[in-house]
Amino acid sequence: MSEVVLSERLQERIKTLISRYPEGKQKSALITILHEVQNENDDYLTTDLMDKIAEILSIKPIEVYEVATFYSMYNHKPVGKYMLEFCRTSCCATRKAEDMMEYTCQKLGVKEGEVTPDGLFSVRGVECLGACGYAPMLQLGDFYHEFLTKEKIDQLIEDCRAGKVELISKV
Amino acid sequence: MSKKILLEHINVPGIQGYEAYRKVGGYASVEKALKMAPLDIVEEVKKSGLRGRGGAGFPTGMKWSFIDKKSGKPAHLVCNADESEPGTFKDRYLMEKLPHLLIEGMITGSIALEAHLSYIYIRGEYMWVYRILERAINEAYANGWLGKNIKGSGYDLDVHVTCGAGAYICGEETALIESLEGKRGNPRIKPPFPAVSGLWGNPTVVNNVESIAAIPYIVNNGGEEYAKIGVGKSTGTKLISASGHIKNPGVYEIELGLPVDEFMNSDEYLGGMYSDRPLKAVVPGGSSVPILPAELFYKNAKGEPRLMTYESLSDGGFASASMMGSGGFIVYDDTTCVVRNTWNFSRFYHHESCGQCSPCREGTGWMEKILWRIEHGYGNMEDIDLLWEIQRKIEGNTICPLGDAAAWPVAAAIRHFRDEFEFHVKYPEKIKDRNHFVAEPWEKVKHLVKKEEVLV
Amino acid sequence: MKVTIDGQSVEVEPGTTILNAARMIGGDVVPPAMCYYSKLKGSGGKCRCCLVEVSKGSDANPTPMPKLVASCCTTVMDGMEVKSGSSERVSEARKSVTEFLLINHPLDCPICDQAGECDLQNLGFNHGKEATRYQEGRRTFEKIDIGDKIQLHMNRCILCYRCTFVGDQLTPERCHGVMNRGDHAEISTFIQKNIDNEWSGNMIDVCPVGALTDKTFRFKSRVWFTKPMDAHRDCDKCCGKVTLYNFGDEILRVSARKNEYNEVEDFICNTCRFEKKNMSDWTIDGPRKFAKYSVINQNNYSGKMETVEFDTPDQTVLTGRAEDRKAISMINVK
Repeated sequence: MSEVVLSERLQERIKTLISRYPEGKQKSALITILHEVQNENDDYLTTDLMDKIAEILSIKPIEVYEVATFYSMYNHKPVGKYMLEFCRTSCCATRKAEDMMEYTCQKLGVKEGEVTPDGLFSVRGVECLGACGYAPMLQLGDFYHEFLTKEKIDQLIEDCRAGKVELISKV
Repeated sequence: MSKKILLEHINVPGIQGYEAYRKVGGYASVEKALKMAPLDIVEEVKKSGLRGRGGAGFPTGMKWSFIDKKSGKPAHLVCNADESEPGTFKDRYLMEKLPHLLIEGMITGSIALEAHLSYIYIRGEYMWVYRILERAINEAYANGWLGKNIKGSGYDLDVHVTCGAGAYICGEETALIESLEGKRGNPRIKPPFPAVSGLWGNPTVVNNVESIAAIPYIVNNGGEEYAKIGVGKSTGTKLISASGHIKNPGVYEIELGLPVDEFMNSDEYLGGMYSDRPLKAVVPGGSSVPILPAELFYKNAKGEPRLMTYESLSDGGFASASMMGSGGFIVYDDTTCVVRNTWNFSRFYHHESCGQCSPCREGTGWMEKILWRIEHGYGNMEDIDLLWEIQRKIEGNTICPLGDAAAWPVAAAIRHFRDEFEFHVKYPEKIKDRNHFVAEPWEKVKHLVKKEEVLV
Repeated sequence: MKVTIDGQSVEVEPGTTILNAARMIGGDVVPPAMCYYSKLKGSGGKCRCCLVEVSKGSDANPTPMPKLVASCCTTVMDGMEVKSGSSERVSEARKSVTEFLLINHPLDCPICDQAGECDLQNLGFNHGKEATRYQEGRRTFEKIDIGDKIQLHMNRCILCYRCTFVGDQLTPERCHGVMNRGDHAEISTFIQKNIDNEWSGNMIDVCPVGALTDKTFRFKSRVWFTKPMDAHRDCDKCCGKVTLYNFGDEILRVSARKNEYNEVEDFICNTCRFEKKNMSDWTIDGPRKFAKYSVINQNNYSGKMETVEFDTPDQTVLTGRAEDRKAISMINVK
């Protein structure tokens, strides 16, 4: 039995998510639950958290590990509070996405995939995010930042440092 | 102005919300469908000639008629909103701006299939759209369009939205179903097809967002009315997401049959190239479809003008044409390096292969590595032939179409731009800078490689 | 239902797969199978080695199938005509699948315990090329310890998923699975964890390559230098029917009995496999029959040997040491 305690909001949310599937098919909620749990836990999953989810869904822990390692949006190592994910697939690449990413890496003094020493930022190149017409772009939390320029990146990083950037969208 | 079906009300203020949507006639198709026999709705969709908008272009009505109703198992309608094909962003636009249109289509479609539990599977990166849809679904429940006994008809229906977490492969229908069941997105072996055994072993239909969003119009106005738009077997309107080196990138709704030239160059649509650089090549239907060089783009091999239809874009087969695909229209000017672009696509497919079957798991990685070598100046002439052979060995030998999708762009690039690959091999020092074609446009260096026999 | 494979017809039950129909005919028409395992439900379809060409769909609908199909998961139709070994397309496809499976394989057969009874070796033997066209670095994995009896050597794995089916279908709780995706997918327990239950040893038997091997047999002998004999004992957990791999009277390894397709006849428990290593534990039934085309049969020198002329000061190079020959001789096995 894992000792991880999930927040009350999260527990409620998990119940809602499970209720969307027929009885006995609760495993279907796994992928969404992993997102929610990751969002509340510094954006990465630990073995304890995954074991806890397995316990809630009454499935084997290995089933959770298998799923959590298949999908690229789950992290298994600590990442920066602000993770800047640059799309680098063709359409963005033709509009100089690689330059934008290089610029950001240089500015923050990190390499792709690394976290800044203060734990605030990490930069990562990802595959197509579906914003090809608005290239170059990056994803930060739930949000897409499109038609990037160096000035926009400077501004965004400044806003992040000032704590002015929301990560989860609200509707 | 051509006719708008999907995006007709896109500019109505507040259209994201229920009130505004209802005011412009939203949910009328549900009212009508509840009074119709389910088979009649399927019949209307068949008559409309609507073809799947996800990429394969399979007739939607036909797909619906395959569903196994005799089994006694509950049927499901699943909306494929896992839009991840590079170059495609139409579904996101539609769901973000008109969430209720999709939900209305889901309800009407479910009625036709006699499904009582339906899902929208959206890619994990579109998290804010997920929340928009979640809210819209709640609004639909609150207004009695979902839940028990919809509008007093005795028909029950639940629609939920669920998300993925970053896997292109989940756009393949059986992988999507696996993922929806909370498993790894490994495509299933077919047969059995989802219409017989899909979600939790029940008969399931998986449709693209755009296909489902076209259902309300078809039910409201009749299939024949829809079929009047378009040319031949390409009926109705299609969303095209345009990107790359064009003046006005974005999502456009076009009537199928629009001349390619008009779409590309008129100010109503793409407005031509974004700088004075000439057109070099176009990928007309998302990264998986073969790239078309400029000389085969406006006119087909016989010299006839190309139209934006399923048939015209593929007229000539892979030798001299491409495919409509998902409508991801990517335009490249002459500063683009085709080898680099092909490597880029290959990296994408290598990254997204699920790893289940051997040709795709091993072949995509191999192709990427060879293309990386050629692009970075370490290639040799045999590599080009090797690439050609590898793609031929992957194509058709895999469980799902991802193998084909990975093979086609490589095949087309070699078929049409072999001399550029040879240039990379022969002049490694000239290609060190990744923007080398900006300084030295292809036209200026082309004479350095002798034109050799093109593979067909 | 009647199905014709490479010109040979056979009557089968409805629902039979093409592969199983081919196995009923036997011989050269049988497609190779790296991931399908008849005793594991849900296996198959992944390796694409068993692709065949369906040149006639059925009597009712004679249209040929446009693509090659995986014979292990395609069921036959009445009147179906299939081309297996006789089709150029099929042998091309098998060659390419073999090449794909080998590009990232370490090819460390000289130090691999599976060598001699390896499905991939047999596949390479029949459909492989002499040289590789792969210039890139091969994929390697960190070693993962999964207990003191089974060695996991992920570099050799071809991701057939058979061992995960063993976990699901034989053991009480599966604790290993496939992590990651694409060509980085690997068999793992995710956290370093022992796979420890009474049936786990069957993972070794179902593994078509040397990714899962028996630690108690590790580096002890090449399999072709052993004396394989069928034996049995009364076991309260399993059928107790096994094959012993001996050197003289010493039992080097115990495995389940395998048929000509390298599939076990009955799964055995770990007690039989790992703990009963005395001759007194077993009753010998007789020598094990080898599959005709297996690599182990090519190298076995327990039969009559031709003497060759070879200029070497060391005669044992040609004939083996006399005491070794005696230790693996089948002459005294009933």
